[in-house]
Parts: sequence; C-alpha cells; structure tokens
Amino acid sequence: MTSEFRRNATSALQQDDVQTNLNRVVHKLREHRQAAWIAADEWRQLRRHCQAIRENAVRKLPQLLEQLETNLIRNGIQVHWAETAEQANHVVLSIMQRHDAKLIIKGKSMVSEEIALNHFLMQHGIQALETDLGEFIIQLAGEKPAHIIVPALHKNRRQIAELLHRHFPGYAYTEDVDELAQLARKILRDHFQFARVGLTGVNFMIAESGTLCLVENEGNGRMCSTIPPVHIAVTGIEKVVEKLSDIPPLLSILTRSATGQPITTYFNMISAPRQPGEKDGPREVHVVLLDNGRSTSYRDRELAATLRCIRCAACINHCPVYQHIGGHAYGTVIPGPIGSILEPQQRGLDRYGELTQASTLCGACTEVCPVGIPIADILNRLRWDATRQDADCSTPGAGSGYIPAQTALWKLWAWQCTHPGAYRLSTRLATRLRVVLPGYFDAWTNVRTMPKLAKTTLHERLKALGIDHE
Amino acid sequence: MNNARDNILKRLHDYRISEEIPADSDYASHHDWNTEERIKRFSDRMKAVHAEILNATADSWLNELASICSRKNLRNLLLSPHSQWGKQIAAQAERFPPLKYFSQPFEAWKNELFTDVDAAFTGAYAGIADTGTLIIQPSPDEPRSWSLVPPVHIAILEQHRICTTFTEAVARGSIESPLPSNLLLISGPSKSTDIEQTLAYGIHGPQALIVILV
Repeated sequence: MTSEFRRNATSALQQDDVQTNLNRVVHKLREHRQAAWIAADEWRQLRRHCQAIRENAVRKLPQLLEQLETNLIRNGIQVHWAETAEQANHVVLSIMQRHDAKLIIKGKSMVSEEIALNHFLMQHGIQALETDLGEFIIQLAGEKPAHIIVPALHKNRRQIAELLHRHFPGYAYTEDVDELAQLARKILRDHFQFARVGLTGVNFMIAESGTLCLVENEGNGRMCSTIPPVHIAVTGIEKVVEKLSDIPPLLSILTRSATGQPITTYFNMISAPRQPGEKDGPREVHVVLLDNGRSTSYRDRELAATLRCIRCAACINHCPVYQHIGGHAYGTVIPGPIGSILEPQQRGLDRYGELTQASTLCGACTEVCPVGIPIADILNRLRWDATRQDADCSTPGAGSGYIPAQTALWKLWAWQCTHPGAYRLSTRLATRLRVVLPGYFDAWTNVRTMPKLAKTTLHERLKALGIDHE
Repeated sequence: MNNARDNILKRLHDYRISEEIPADSDYASHHDWNTEERIKRFSDRMKAVHAEILNATADSWLNELASICSRKNLRNLLLSPHSQWGKQIAAQAERFPPLKYFSQPFEAWKNELFTDVDAAFTGAYAGIADTGTLIIQPSPDEPRSWSLVPPVHIAILEQHRICTTFTEAVARGSIESPLPSNLLLISGPSKSTDIEQTLAYGIHGPQALIVILV
C-alpha cells in the first residue's frame, strides 16, 4: 500500500497550491471545450466521423506506413525507423553529430519525452532547449510536464515569475502574463536564429502525400521546423492518416477538444525540405518513426483502440482522479486516463499496472474522447490482464498482479452467487455475525465510516412482509 | 535501421485486420453561407483572436497599407516586388517606408530578418470563414519565414477566395495538389495560454497580424 504512485498521490493531495492551480486550469479547459460545441448533434456526428477515420487508419497501419514512407522519400524527407526509445535517441544523436551540433531547439513533443531524449543528449554533451512556453518553464524548474497540452498547469504566475527571475536576473521581475511571455520571446529568439538543428513532434502524417502536420499556437514549432538547416520530427507510428481530406475534421475535433479553440494559430503542413529555387526552409528534414510497444498493442483488437488517440487531453481534463492528484503523481510520460491505459501497454503491467486501479470507472474519459476510445473498458480489460494466468495475453507484464488468495476469494464469491443454498447460508451467517466484524478496514475507514450490516437479510425481510416472489 | 523497419512492419503485417471501416459520409459542413456571410464570419473570427481586418477595394488598398505603415511606425517593409500585389507597392514606393526584398538564399539575410525587419507583406492563397483562417502558401518569392519572424505580418486576401470551411477548401481544390513543400493555416497573431490559461499574444511568431481584404 506504499507504492511510489500512492506516495506521490498522497503528497499531491496534501499540497494546497497544486490543488488550487490544477483546479483553476482544469475547469477553464472544461468550460472552453463545452463552449466550443454549439450543437450536440454536430459533436456527435463529428466524433463518429473522426472515430471512423482513426479506426480505419489504425487497421490499415502497415499499408499506410509503407505508403507514407514511399511518399516522404519521394518528397526528399529522410525516414528513420526505431523499434525502441534507445534506437530513436541514437538516430537523433547521429544526425546531431553529423552536423557537429551541440544545441538542439525543441518544439513541444511528447514522443521526445517518451524516449527521454533531453537526458540522453545531455549525456552525450548536447544541450536540448525547450521552446514551447510551458515546456520552457518546466525545463527551468527541472521538472517533467504535468499535462500533455498545458505542461506547466500546476504552477501559478507568481511561481513562474520567481522561476524566470532566478534564472534570468538581468530582466526586471514581473508577474504580468504578457510581460512574462515577452521575456520568453526575448530569451529564446537568438536560439531560434543560431541553432543548427530543430526538433518537433508531429500531430498527423498524411500517407497519400507524405506530409507532416503540426498544430500549435506560439510559433515555436514553426521556428524549430523552418529556421535551422536541419529539422527532425519524432513521432509514434500511429499518427498516420490515409488522406488529406481526413485532416480537416481531425484538426477541428482536436483543437476544440483540447482547448476549445475552433483552430490553433498555426497549422503547419510540411511536405518537403527546401526545394531548388526556394530561399528558406530546412535543407534536411528527418522523420523518426517510433514503435516502442505500439505494434504490440496493435496485435490485440481491443487494445488497438488505444492507437486511435490524437493526444487532445480531454480525458485528462475531465478525470476526477487527475484533477486531484495532478500529472506528476502518475510517474509516467502521459498522465490521466489515456496514460493509465497507454503506459502499462508500453512499459508493462508489472511496472504501471497499478495505474489501471487509479480510476473509479466513472466513464467521463470515454464520454469526452473525440475518437471514441473506450478508455473505461480498456482500464477494466487491463485490470484483468494484470491478474490473468493464461498464455493468450500479449500485454507486457500480464499476470504480474496475480494474488492467489484474491483470485480464490472471487471464485468462492462467484460460486456462492450461483448456488442459492450457499448464498442464503452465507448472507444469513454474515448478518448473524455482524457484531464480531471489524470496525476498522485499512485505509478505507480512515476517512469513512464502516458500513453496518443489517440484522436480517433482504430475503428474510421480504418473507416476513409476505412477499414471496422476487 | 533497416532491421527496425522490417521488424516493425512484419509485426504489423502479421496481425493485420483486413476488413475496412466504411468512411462515414454523413458528416459534412452544414453551412450554406453566401459571400457576404463568409466575409463577415471570417472577419469576426479573425478579430476575436486579435487580428486586424481592413476592408479595401482594388483601388483603395494601397492607401490602407500606407496608413498602417505610418500608424505602426514601421521603419521598413519586406515584400516581393515580383508578386501581383508587390508590383503595385513597388511602383509607388515613395508612399511607403523603405522597401526590402531578399533575392539571396536565407543564410544571407537570416540575421537581418531576425533583427532589422519591422513587417513582412505577403499574399494569401485563400481564406476559411468558419475558423477565421488564412491559407498561406510560401513560395520562392514569399518564403516560409516571412509570415513567422518579423513582428508584424500583413497579408492581403481577395474576398472571393474565402471558403466556408477547411473541409470545403480541401474538397473544392482551394488547396494546391500535390501539396506544396510548406502550406500554412494562420489564424491570428502568435499566442500562448501556458501561464494560468491566460492569453498572451505575440510570443514567438508575429505580435500583430493585419489582413487587408479586397
């Protein structure tokens, strides 16, 4: 009962400022999302449409990846494949070394977090600089993102002001949000100009045209992919869609689900490096296609739905557990409901299986998911995988949560529920022994009153009332 | 990493599901807006995200541009003298702050672009009414970085090029096919909400976006 996750969650619950900051932002995001859907019909139709697009893309994943690769190469974009985080990191490193680059400027990329790229590059003497305002703040604080869209949501403006002032004492102290943003602009501008390599994530890849699509508001993603001579995009293999006409509905549902915006400031579609005659743009564009467990999820029809995710964070913003414990408590790259189904599949139920328990299965995540991922069902499925003893399960770490006594108890319970005589006997026994049952039951009763069993069973009471049919 | 490629694809092919999910065709853009309505929606949306809209005609747009330049105290204006619109500006250069143009590759003018250009002027390929969006297609004459690095971006858009939605723009071929090396959808000046979900404009991209509608 004292796992790292439980310790983190308990400590987050005791920090009032984390609670206040989280609440404020999560509620704003929910309101903005709500306001973005004027007609409920439109939302349902668009969701059905987007679910079909993503489901289709996931089903055709191998064909679409081959088509994508062919078209990227035809367009002059260099394609790299990586089975593991380590391979992906080495791809980036070798590109950096070939260009003798000691600094990489980064747009927001959760895949780069997944492969722990910054840490890896640092070990090889290369500095990775985050340029998204939230990521920049988090990097200064030496933390990890607490949210996939709003990485610094657990910090308020005063904390951010103090952090910036501590690192850049040359600039006047300010708590004004506009002035803080201008400060970051000034600090990062030279890096955009002089860095030799820029790195970004990818939101969508279009197979039929060989195009990388980036969604952002700040312009730092455009900076990283436009200004340096080399642009590297790192992405999971599941981000591919079939055709250009799949993009408008997905973009619309992504931005509205994430922040309630009808569209972000920039939607950047990159199909080629600098062409003959063109004056700017990177001379080299590289794409790193990362598997890292995704092809294992693909093997299972139910779990493959996880690959539909477009990383909008709506499930995170609507999760009552996330809202209270925050992103860091999960100890994963991606927090919240989607993280709780994704991370155990990628990194094993033995290490992250406990996260599947961090849900009341209220279903809010499933309800707001723009591509209809049955998150609550998959949470339940993974709970089962964690205790399964059969060999049919490909989820890494399957069976690691098996407790013989627990399984035996459930079997006994199932048996007595299907045998009326045994059921009557056991319920009668429980009511008669109510006085000797413990009044304390582990952590549950620390904050709750132990329920008292009735004196007689329901069956007995109904019989006494003369109701003999059930 | 050829091994990685083959291993990944083999794993995926081994478990491929052959049946197709039929594309859902009952979703379409339901707006039936006439030109006037499209212009209004486009302008309202743009203004809502702090972009400035200037309505002009084929005759008056140069006056509008000249007045922006003096209002914003622009020390210079970056533009292509070869474009449809740039030619007209260059022909009356005396009405504007010093005009700049770069004919060399990026490396020759990167520093000047970052430190010494007040505003860039570009054309817009099309517009989207529903979201208040410019479709910008960079070209050798109007490169990718022009709409990104200078603090002010001025774009000119013809009213008849405003589509209803992005879906419609794709369906009606308002986007060039095959896709150009870089295609941009721009909806307002650069912004961030990373601090307390409070909007701050002009973070890394332009601090002001001005759209001249003709």
